[in-house]
Amino acid sequence: MKKVIKYVIIDILRNKIMLGYTLFLFILSMSIFSLEDNAAKGLLGLLNIILIIVPLVSLIFSTIYVYNSAEFIELLVSQPLQRKTIWMSLFTGLASSMMLAFLAGAGIPVLIYQPDATGFMMILIGELLSVIFVAIALLAAVKTRDKAKGIGAAILLWLYFSLLFDGFILFLLFQFSDYPIEKIMVGVSMLNPIDLGRILILLKMDISAMMGYTGAIFKDFFGTGTGMSLSFLVLIVWIVLPLALSVRNFKRKDL
Amino acid sequence: MIIATNVSKKFGSLQALNNLSVTCNKGECIALIGPNGSGKTTFIKTILGMVVCDSGFITFNGTNINNNWQYRSGIGYMPQIGRYPENMTIGQVFDMMKDIRKASVVLPYDEDLIRNFNLNNLLNKRMRTLSGGTKQKVSAALAFMFNPDVLILDEPTAGLDPVSSEILKEKILLEKSKGKLILISSHILSELDDLVTQVIYMQDGALCFHKTIEQLQADTGENKLAKAIAQVMQQ
Repeated sequence: MKKVIKYVIIDILRNKIMLGYTLFLFILSMSIFSLEDNAAKGLLGLLNIILIIVPLVSLIFSTIYVYNSAEFIELLVSQPLQRKTIWMSLFTGLASSMMLAFLAGAGIPVLIYQPDATGFMMILIGELLSVIFVAIALLAAVKTRDKAKGIGAAILLWLYFSLLFDGFILFLLFQFSDYPIEKIMVGVSMLNPIDLGRILILLKMDISAMMGYTGAIFKDFFGTGTGMSLSFLVLIVWIVLPLALSVRNFKRKDL
Repeated sequence: MIIATNVSKKFGSLQALNNLSVTCNKGECIALIGPNGSGKTTFIKTILGMVVCDSGFITFNGTNINNNWQYRSGIGYMPQIGRYPENMTIGQVFDMMKDIRKASVVLPYDEDLIRNFNLNNLLNKRMRTLSGGTKQKVSAALAFMFNPDVLILDEPTAGLDPVSSEILKEKILLEKSKGKLILISSHILSELDDLVTQVIYMQDGALCFHKTIEQLQADTGENKLAKAIAQVMQQ
């Protein structure tokens, strides 16, 4: 398995898009931090951009990478290698380069300007989101044979997770505003890793008061040790579940 | 050595393999012949586990190949259209394959074809810049490199120049004399004449016949494989 990971990582690192992504994140974070005189405010600004950019790049890059590696995968499948090994190596290679890019691009500026619990939380969530969306991208790529359809599906998934889902939540909130649905909201937020990440960071920033009554409920739940570990568990499930499904699909795929 | 039992495979509504049962033994050199779209490549890919069959099973040296992967270390496969990572050089592809397969290989590596095809001069060329013929040479070199017991060659000489295809044919003859099982699918029947000992003829995914070449000659009254097959096809 190590050998295949090595070749995947070498191949990705040679890709200029990865370098561009790292540089982009770095310049973005540096400029946001130096624009704001208050580092906490800078972190908040950075948060909103990162929650959009990181899933998008993770998802699209991984999907395209899998399609472009079709030859590589085909070559490996005819060799004495387990299919699971090939797919897991691909995942590990993609996930570790995405994590590395985020750590170098956004992690370093955050550590310079805000090296406290909030900053660490932000880095942790960014890393987790990178991996989650690599896993989702692999699932989208293995399900569809056609490259254009696969990339389209990846873009739709991103739209869903970063825009449509929030719209759906707003709709729920307005429709049922007469009912006490705050507790249900905690459950619903588990259905979207981006929202979960945002809530976890916002609560660490201690600005939950701005979110009104729902914020108080959230604080009540996510602020506790159990709530916190449960949310991280859910984030891990968001990695494991798509990955396991994609491995199962890949094992039966005809090449 | 390779036994396929009632193998069927459907791609959508297309029946690619239809209840195919074939036995291939050590020391045989088998030609896989049939019209376009008769399922030759699909059959080869099911042997390699690249295509998973819907029903039936294939055994390799007595073990079912389903969910098994170690058996592939005994197979050298040359695909019909070799597709390689475009950014890698020929040398890197060779090194990578050696790296992946070194655990199960009988050393030394068989680099006859690399030498005879003069690939040593091209080791720094990237795969995307190669012509179709050079890619075929790389595929051939990789198939023979690890001294496998079974060689599966899918249209090996398509795209090769006459000199290279002669080199490849000599190499196949050499390996045949070592008692290996060799499966060749090809449309250029005249080239198969002095190579093969048996013929598998497929049509619409099903086996039409599996005969030794002597028997085929006796049945059709033709000496040349091309004429014998032409007569079979006309029937």
